[in-house]
Amino acid sequence: MKRISTIAVLAAVVRRDLTIALRQKSEVLTTLFFFVIVASLFPLGIGPEAALLRRIAPGILWVGALLAAMLSLQRLFAADYADGSLEQMLLSPAPLGVLVAGKILAHWLLAGLPLVLMAPVLGLQFDLDGRGLAILALSLLLGTPILSLVGAIGAALTLGVRGGGVLLSLLILPLYIPVLIFGAGAVEADAAGLSAAGHLSLLAAMLTLAAFFAPWVTTAALRIGLE
Amino acid sequence: MNNRLIHWFKYASPQSFYPLAGKLWPWFAAAGATFAAAGLWISFFVAPTDAQQGEGYRIIFVHVPASWMSMFIYLVMAAWAGIGLALNTRLSGMMASALAPTGALFAALSLWTGALWGKPMWGAWWVWDARLTSELILLFLYLGFLALQAAIDDPRRADKAGALLALVGVVNVPIIYFSVKWWNTLHQGASVSLTKAPAMAHTMLWGMLLMALAFWMYAIAAALARVRCIILEREGHSAWAKHELE
Repeated sequence: MKRISTIAVLAAVVRRDLTIALRQKSEVLTTLFFFVIVASLFPLGIGPEAALLRRIAPGILWVGALLAAMLSLQRLFAADYADGSLEQMLLSPAPLGVLVAGKILAHWLLAGLPLVLMAPVLGLQFDLDGRGLAILALSLLLGTPILSLVGAIGAALTLGVRGGGVLLSLLILPLYIPVLIFGAGAVEADAAGLSAAGHLSLLAAMLTLAAFFAPWVTTAALRIGLE
Repeated sequence: MNNRLIHWFKYASPQSFYPLAGKLWPWFAAAGATFAAAGLWISFFVAPTDAQQGEGYRIIFVHVPASWMSMFIYLVMAAWAGIGLALNTRLSGMMASALAPTGALFAALSLWTGALWGKPMWGAWWVWDARLTSELILLFLYLGFLALQAAIDDPRRADKAGALLALVGVVNVPIIYFSVKWWNTLHQGASVSLTKAPAMAHTMLWGMLLMALAFWMYAIAAALARVRCIILEREGHSAWAKHELE
């Protein structure tokens, strides 16, 4: 049997997931619009005072991104689990960790990257200046992959479990707290005249850590769920 | 093969652990009650009134040991979970799920007593201090573990999934702790800190240590009693368990 290279396997999984998702665009767009609507609710609830909105913008946009990313996590493995292709992945000669990493990467491209691109537009509504917008986008660029990586563990653990969606949020949101703190903290530090570099470095460190361990843990969780 | 090793692993089987736990837990419960009586006596009658905080400070005799235990039990739970995943022993998973409610109880107790202490001392039930926040998150982690185990019907799968979650949590706890700490130092609102009176009187320290021992013994007794119930529930189909229930 011909051995397929790891990169080829990864690319195949990513391409497959992207193709499936782009045939049902509504799911991707739903997540994005959820983010937009949540972010728009806060000025309506709090009032249109620009100084206050500018102050709370990083936190609100980050919490919105957190919830939006979590909303889309459920379908990370659910469809594959339902139609049996997840079981085939477990049986395939390609390492499961690589397949899982591919699925996580695809999830980020579909759910995380649109948030990163959309956040500066929403930041304008909150009266952030150009520098703040750039740091917000950068912090989301570093942070949203962590959300996908850590979230995948929760998605794998709650696969086919009663009340999966609510349970997933209960498991995953506490683990998201460091990302939220440093992501929103980067923008706030910059607004306060401090350097955002420390926060961004810590986000990058957490991303490295998560990228190394999360696919591995997710693989273990999937094996438990499907045994 | 080493003989002693085999003897110890004998108790990895739920059937042989069940009577052992049954013999042990009343002793731990008795020790817990004794320590609690001594600790409460010291904390109410012997320990002097604090110069700055008055009588209200006495709640730390419950608060501090409860916080210690809530963190320690999480570590023990994660250790059992890790053993269960590595050696595939059934009892480890049962021990982890027996410890979780006690740990959650201590986390909740610590937050509650902390609020009772905070109101007269800081003038607020709750402040977003680093320690308070990380204790709250610890409670969330316990609740997540309990919820995940409750949601999965197959006990073996529930054990393994819970074990994985506990291990992920234990890796995350230091990260959460430091992130919360740094976040707080960046945005220090009120200048509050949990550091107690600089030189704690010896009697106060004794009271606290005795209460910590009492809570420790209680936690062991409660976990052993609970693991007995879990063993009976899961082994209900086997002959020895049926015999035990008659």
